[in-house]
Amino acid sequence: MAAAPTPSAPTSPAPLLRIRELRKSFGAHEVLKDISLEVHAGEVVSIIGASGSGKSTFLRCINVMEMPDGGLLDFEDAHFDFAPGARGRPTPAQLRALRARIGMVFQSYNLWPHMSVLENVIEAPMRVKGVPRAEAVALAEGLLERIGLADKRGAYPSRLSGGQQQRVAIVRALAMKPRLMLFDEVTSALDPELVGEVLALMASLAKEGMTMLLVTHEIGFAREVSTRTVFFDQGRIAEDGPPREVLYRPASERLQQFLKRVLHEHVAGPTGEAP
Amino acid sequence: MSFSEWLDFFLPYVPGFLHASWLVLVLTVLVILVSWACGLVVALGKASQIGVIRQASVFYIWFVRGTPALIQIFIVYFGLPQLGLGLSPFVAGVLALGINSGAYVAEIIRSGLSAIPKGQVESSLALGMSRSETMRRIVLPQVVRIILPAITNEAISTLKNTSLLSTITVVELTLYAQTIIATTFRPFEFYAATAVIYLVMTTMLSQVAAMLERYNARYV
Repeated sequence: MAAAPTPSAPTSPAPLLRIRELRKSFGAHEVLKDISLEVHAGEVVSIIGASGSGKSTFLRCINVMEMPDGGLLDFEDAHFDFAPGARGRPTPAQLRALRARIGMVFQSYNLWPHMSVLENVIEAPMRVKGVPRAEAVALAEGLLERIGLADKRGAYPSRLSGGQQQRVAIVRALAMKPRLMLFDEVTSALDPELVGEVLALMASLAKEGMTMLLVTHEIGFAREVSTRTVFFDQGRIAEDGPPREVLYRPASERLQQFLKRVLHEHVAGPTGEAP
Repeated sequence: MSFSEWLDFFLPYVPGFLHASWLVLVLTVLVILVSWACGLVVALGKASQIGVIRQASVFYIWFVRGTPALIQIFIVYFGLPQLGLGLSPFVAGVLALGINSGAYVAEIIRSGLSAIPKGQVESSLALGMSRSETMRRIVLPQVVRIILPAITNEAISTLKNTSLLSTITVVELTLYAQTIIATTFRPFEFYAATAVIYLVMTTMLSQVAAMLERYNARYV
């Protein structure tokens, strides 16, 4: 069925997300070169790769925060063709509908500082989905309860720690009841001692069966939590498979070098990627 | 002069001063409204994709900030009738000062917009909010907080600049004082009194702004 078969994807009938031959350039720099990937419901796909390998751009193309230069995207009833002049290019309304079903969490939390924690969480459900306020508040309270921040509902984000802010940002995305969650290096801006609480929340989501794509430098987390690991190299998917296979028996020399470097940094201390 | 003599001397002019001060406040509010409208349009125009709109905005700011407000007032009041557009002193004054202040407001709004981190917009769009919802609910409330001190300064300048309209026969505070002085020959007393009234009004304005600023600082 697919023009470009995705290696070693679990074979269940219809993938939740199907991306074919996705391309994206910034000026003359080709960031993504014909990326094809299928993600089935319940999969947790970790994306690893060196800085500049295109993994964050790829994530941002999935909810079209970046407009791809070409390729196809299928997600539930959305079918987009990004080729210039194609009839399938998404309209603004289609983009909003897509984004309402795909949650995204950013490295820098991006909570809205002028709104309380509760207001941050109820804003999109009320505005985008027209959920009545009482219902949105009840949902938000339940989610805040779950992450142990129910008592912070009236606080402004500036009063929270980085780890608390990031967990609220995750809950803000969950309040839209997304079918897919995208995590873009969500622990990279955190102090080391706060990383654990955010990863724990993500692990519990994975356990509940949330479909997730995460760009991460936490190799250990990728190994333990994800069902599949994808290695990006120079704008292409270089390896794709079960995490233990990809991470313990890397086929390519590029991945071997990458892992050696990242794991060495882990031992040395800083986990962050060089800019 | 004893105090009661002072009082007897000033008392007949108090209603006139109050009326002229009221006119200053009305002028100020109208000029501010015109300047905000101009400022918002020009600030967005300067960020426009369309070259002509961008260049027009840049020209407007360049011209208005590079020429005296008094000359701009003269162009609108004395110059436009030559082109068939005669305006009353009041309307010409509001328009000229509004256009003048608008250039400064545009720069203030532009700096406020550029101070909002890109991630604020992205997180809103990523949740499915539209561009206009994002502007209204996420960006503008934060811009208002950032630009409030600068906007207050501009409002105070505007209030003081209404005195320029005395030159085109708008009987606001300054022209009213001049007409009294022409008959009483007491420039020191009446100009001093006029200055105090301006001072009271500008002080009130900064007090209001300080209150707003405290309210807006609640989440910092």
